[in-house]
Amino acid sequence: MLEKPLTSHIRADGVPLTLREYELQGGYQSVRKALLNMTPQAVQAEVKTSNLRGRGGAGFNTGLKWSFVPLDAPKPKYLIANADEMEPGTFKDRLLLESAPHQLIEGMIVSAYALQADTGFVFLRWAYHTAAKAINIAIAQAYQAGYLGQNILGTGFNLEMHLHTGAGRYMCGEETALLNSLEGKRATPRAKPPFPQVSGLFGRPTIVNNVETLCCIPHIITHGAEWFQKLSLTADAGTKIYGVSGKVRKPGLWELPMGTTLRELIEEHAGGMQDGLSFRGALPGGASTDFLVRDHLDVRMDYPSVAAAGSRLGTGTVIVLDDKTSVVGFVRNLIHFFAQESCGFCTPCREGLPWIEKILQAMQSGDGRKEDIPMLELHTRLLGPGNTFCALAPGAMEPLQSALKYFREDFEAYIREHASLEHITV
Amino acid sequence: MATIIIDGKTYEIPTGKNLLETCLTLGFDLPYFCWHPALGSVGACRQCAVKVYKDENDTRGRLAMSCMEAVAPNQRISVSDPEARAFREQVIEWLMTNHPHDCAVCDEGGSCHLQDMTVMTGHDYRRFRFKKRTHQNQYLGPFINHEMNRCIQCYRCVRFYKDYAGGHDLDVYASKSNVYFGREEDGILESEFSGNLAEVCPTGVFTDKTLKEHYTRKWDLTMSPSICQHCSIGCNTIAGERYGTLRMIANRFHGKVNGYFLCDRGRFGYEFVNAATRIRQASAGEAVVSLDQLFHHLIPALKQAKMIGIGSPRASLQSNFALKALVGGDNFYHGVSDNEHDLAELAIRILREGSVRTPSTREVEQADAVLILGEDITNTAPILALAVRQAVRQQPGNAADAVNIPVWHDAARRELAQQDKGPLFVTSVHTTKLDEVARDVYHAAPDDIARLGFAIAHRLDPTVPDATDLPEAVALLADRIAQALSAAARPVIISGACCESGCVMKAAANVAWALQKKNPATGLVLTMLECNSLGLAMMGGHRLHAAFNAVMNGHADTVIVMENDLYRHGKADEVDAFLSKCRRVIVLDHLLHKTVSKANVIIPAGTFAESDGTLVNNEGRAQRFFQAYEPTDIIRESWRWLLTLGQQIENNRMATWRNFEDVTLAMDRDEPLLHGVMAASPPSQFRIAGQRIARETHRYSGRTSQQANINVSESKPPEDPDSPLSYTMEGFHGQPPSSLIPYFWAPGWNSVQSVNKYQSEVGGSLRDNDPGVRLLEPKTEGTHAYFVGVPERFRPLEDHLWVVSLHHIFGSEELSAHAPSIAQRIPQAYILLHPADAAALAVETGGVLAFTIDSRSYRLPVKLSEALPVGIAGMPYGIEGVPYADLPEWAIVQRTSQRQNLNDHSYAKRHA
Repeated sequence: MLEKPLTSHIRADGVPLTLREYELQGGYQSVRKALLNMTPQAVQAEVKTSNLRGRGGAGFNTGLKWSFVPLDAPKPKYLIANADEMEPGTFKDRLLLESAPHQLIEGMIVSAYALQADTGFVFLRWAYHTAAKAINIAIAQAYQAGYLGQNILGTGFNLEMHLHTGAGRYMCGEETALLNSLEGKRATPRAKPPFPQVSGLFGRPTIVNNVETLCCIPHIITHGAEWFQKLSLTADAGTKIYGVSGKVRKPGLWELPMGTTLRELIEEHAGGMQDGLSFRGALPGGASTDFLVRDHLDVRMDYPSVAAAGSRLGTGTVIVLDDKTSVVGFVRNLIHFFAQESCGFCTPCREGLPWIEKILQAMQSGDGRKEDIPMLELHTRLLGPGNTFCALAPGAMEPLQSALKYFREDFEAYIREHASLEHITV
Repeated sequence: MATIIIDGKTYEIPTGKNLLETCLTLGFDLPYFCWHPALGSVGACRQCAVKVYKDENDTRGRLAMSCMEAVAPNQRISVSDPEARAFREQVIEWLMTNHPHDCAVCDEGGSCHLQDMTVMTGHDYRRFRFKKRTHQNQYLGPFINHEMNRCIQCYRCVRFYKDYAGGHDLDVYASKSNVYFGREEDGILESEFSGNLAEVCPTGVFTDKTLKEHYTRKWDLTMSPSICQHCSIGCNTIAGERYGTLRMIANRFHGKVNGYFLCDRGRFGYEFVNAATRIRQASAGEAVVSLDQLFHHLIPALKQAKMIGIGSPRASLQSNFALKALVGGDNFYHGVSDNEHDLAELAIRILREGSVRTPSTREVEQADAVLILGEDITNTAPILALAVRQAVRQQPGNAADAVNIPVWHDAARRELAQQDKGPLFVTSVHTTKLDEVARDVYHAAPDDIARLGFAIAHRLDPTVPDATDLPEAVALLADRIAQALSAAARPVIISGACCESGCVMKAAANVAWALQKKNPATGLVLTMLECNSLGLAMMGGHRLHAAFNAVMNGHADTVIVMENDLYRHGKADEVDAFLSKCRRVIVLDHLLHKTVSKANVIIPAGTFAESDGTLVNNEGRAQRFFQAYEPTDIIRESWRWLLTLGQQIENNRMATWRNFEDVTLAMDRDEPLLHGVMAASPPSQFRIAGQRIARETHRYSGRTSQQANINVSESKPPEDPDSPLSYTMEGFHGQPPSSLIPYFWAPGWNSVQSVNKYQSEVGGSLRDNDPGVRLLEPKTEGTHAYFVGVPERFRPLEDHLWVVSLHHIFGSEELSAHAPSIAQRIPQAYILLHPADAAALAVETGGVLAFTIDSRSYRLPVKLSEALPVGIAGMPYGIEGVPYADLPEWAIVQRTSQRQNLNDHSYAKRHA
């Protein structure tokens, strides 16, 4: 039985299959099965039963998310693949987009059918040029083969699909900012409620799903919810494309059963730390997750286990911190990214992140002060969920707050070593 | 109603609101920036955090932004919770990281919401030790100053300018801590409502540039409740004075008329008061005369004279009434063109004898279908146009209601509605700015607009005479409009006197009356040309031509012209002939103009800022304005001059009148349509705890030294016999009756945001109701007949053009045109033609068209527009260089080859 469904159609050289090749390997079977033999409700039920959780980082049950779209709402309704993968350290969707575009389109057709959506968009990170080419070709082939367009497979179901390449803002990965951007507006997030399922793109019911999530759908429909659940080592269903970056021997991506341990990822798949370096900690799910440390190496990489360890599975792509890299510099670099990518809409994020960045910069350049650490800690508390308009700043606080927790000494050392400068710099 | 517990205390509150509105209404001092009662919530600034508890047992609670939380029954929240307070303080600290420490030299200082909120949260110590970000400022035109470094990124400016007022040239640029609010490049802000940025901006980014020219802190102003003098809507304003000059006009919230906003003509037109061309002395013949000399010269003459009086639609009721009393009712003439006179009378007939009520401007915001017949309200009644821009959101709002998006959740409602607009139908001679939000636009000759109106009314009620032989497209349009109006819950028809067509107004009345039979909620708004057009018409008086005839026939030999330039209302040669036939021309006015230049006696009249008076707006609402300061020199209110003259010549009727109130009482008694006008405001004897209401704040500074260059002894403050207001900082500083509010201020709330504290409910009416009294209400019983007489289709004539007036927000109104900032925005003289007409007449853009109207010659530079109907020409109304013509009227066009022979009758020297 298939153990690595998501990567099963990916060739060693990464060149995407043509539609014909993909069909010969079993591609688009789920479209036939769903559209010809299942009601939209049945597709939704299957996905719900599979316990598929969103792979974009939040881990919300996909079937449940879908169920909030009123099936009888007048069209248009929209399905959007969130392919704006821009979280530092995260590159899992890129693999699926560049090397298995038909799998995504197949997943989108089945999902759109389940939602009775009539228009699909792939919202792609601007820098993914190779993926853009692959998706455009795949969409054209799918139209030609009758999987997209009017009256698909003679069922009367219609679906138009478009590729939209973003303009290069991390913010667009937030689903409501994505909607604004897709409408041609500034990429600022929207308040929820109303949720996109009720008032989304152009004010219509809309579902935004992560690429990896959508890529799971064909397999769930083809092989069934039960099979999908069994792929996992834990309660969270399916496989996961895990990645490791940082100073390990073999950084990379691997499709593994959900619940694989952090240790296995780093020591086995990534080949362990580079010579002369030792493991100090890791962000388990991209830049906006809390550090895990040596004590956590045996944590299973699924949603509840990572949460229990004090972090988040996020995107499941691990960034490793070694003992020779400055923690303060590491965090400053991340904060710099988040401060840059703040949309500027809400006060705490717009003004708080640059302040933090400036403090960390000051520490690095010898201008750290005693009161800086409490100020950083204050920000980690105040830039929490609910206090800011969206999750960007709270996400940015996760590496900082956990660094202050596990590596506080590193911060203090910066200040101590430059104590002579204290209260002199204005 | 629901019960809610705030900080342990139980309150009964209305549902459907958010927590911020609720807390403010209940009197809590909860700081905020991005929320605005007219703009709703977006949740950007995070300033209004409170603690919300899940249930009775929840001890931790969660921080929530009160502007984004709906009120829930039995909800328990805390405003004073330490965590919430700390967060609110922190938000200020964040905002302050980049805010300059320039309060002392900032125009906003002392009336700054950011200052107030900073003090309110307790933030007082700067911990941010790094550099501030800086921005370049932009030139935004004569009205608004730009100082971007002060920006706290609340997004209110763009939300007002773009979302609310429909502007296109102000936006937010860039991102992160570098967001920039401004134009794409330096340039004049295009919106007619740009001045509101000065009040919408919670700090000193956008400030009033005209105030900057003669800057005074809010606390140093002497302020009075006033009424805008620059169109017929009657927006409530605050007039602020120092050192004998008018320093600024600010919005005075009125829950029914203008709400929170003013147009730029209304906000910046005030500077005519300070103009160098003000008349400050009396003169007789060529000589300046003293008061004694004036009376010595005038009184014996007036006793002998056969006097007539010409009143004015821009003068107060009291001044017009005093003139009428002085010369006698039979000798009182309205100083407007005969066509305008007839249209005003028609309007009163429609409003009084008809069955449809005139909704207030803010009721128009709630209309879910609007038909505009003939008017370009953006230029003639701008705040009404702003209301219509809100009305088009009503119908799409139903979809938001259906999915439970509350009214205050502004961003979500706009996201859901997207480009959807409710039914708005604009019919006009030429393009109007509202065309862009209209469902259908119809540009046609006034007669064709009237025909469409008759056709719509006929579709609503077949007993209305129909316009036959409509082109198919127009008939279909009539179908669509009739359908949309029928389907609406609160339809409003807008027309008025500015399109100069009785037929159009009658058609509008027919539509409203026909619709009203189906829907009693139907409203009809008629706009007038001037601030007191309706009031003057309600007073009764004769046509202007009758005044001319009275003198020409020898029935009269002396004319008193009050606050009126007759050359704006009559043909120059006729006015010339009239004035030269008069033995004596006595003119009372503020500014030099052509009629003044022909006067034998000139008497300096106070402007609105120096006067008390009452105006009647287009809704029939009588509203009081109060003297902002005692005039200098011998300037007096017109009514006071006339009162003095009347008593000196022993006019019996005026014998017992002593002050403003006596005049008003007599008017209330003697003028049937103005009965009730006394109720517009409390009488002059009104006191609160024995005190007058202070025009000056308790922080007013410099009183003891202001006049020290003249006399080291502090001068006695002026007495005010005409109102319950005092001219000092002593007196009552709390909340007076709404018509007497001289400024908005509350403890801790120094900026205009303090208006919250004066409302019975935030965003709602002022406590004890909004000012003014409605004098015109429709008939509630009996029947009235529809208007008949459908006009013929408009047919162009060869070598002729049907000339109509085109109105300009800047330039068409007489007084505001004298304000230097407004003057920069006035278009140059022109005549607008359709390109086909221009081709037939062999003229091009920039060329000069010579034509005659009623055998008077005109020459004007040509502008072209495809949107103008063929056979029609548009002449800008009231603009310098465009001589008066009785419009609408046929013009006979002189072919270009003949034009050298013409006797040039035009003032268009700039282009000739």
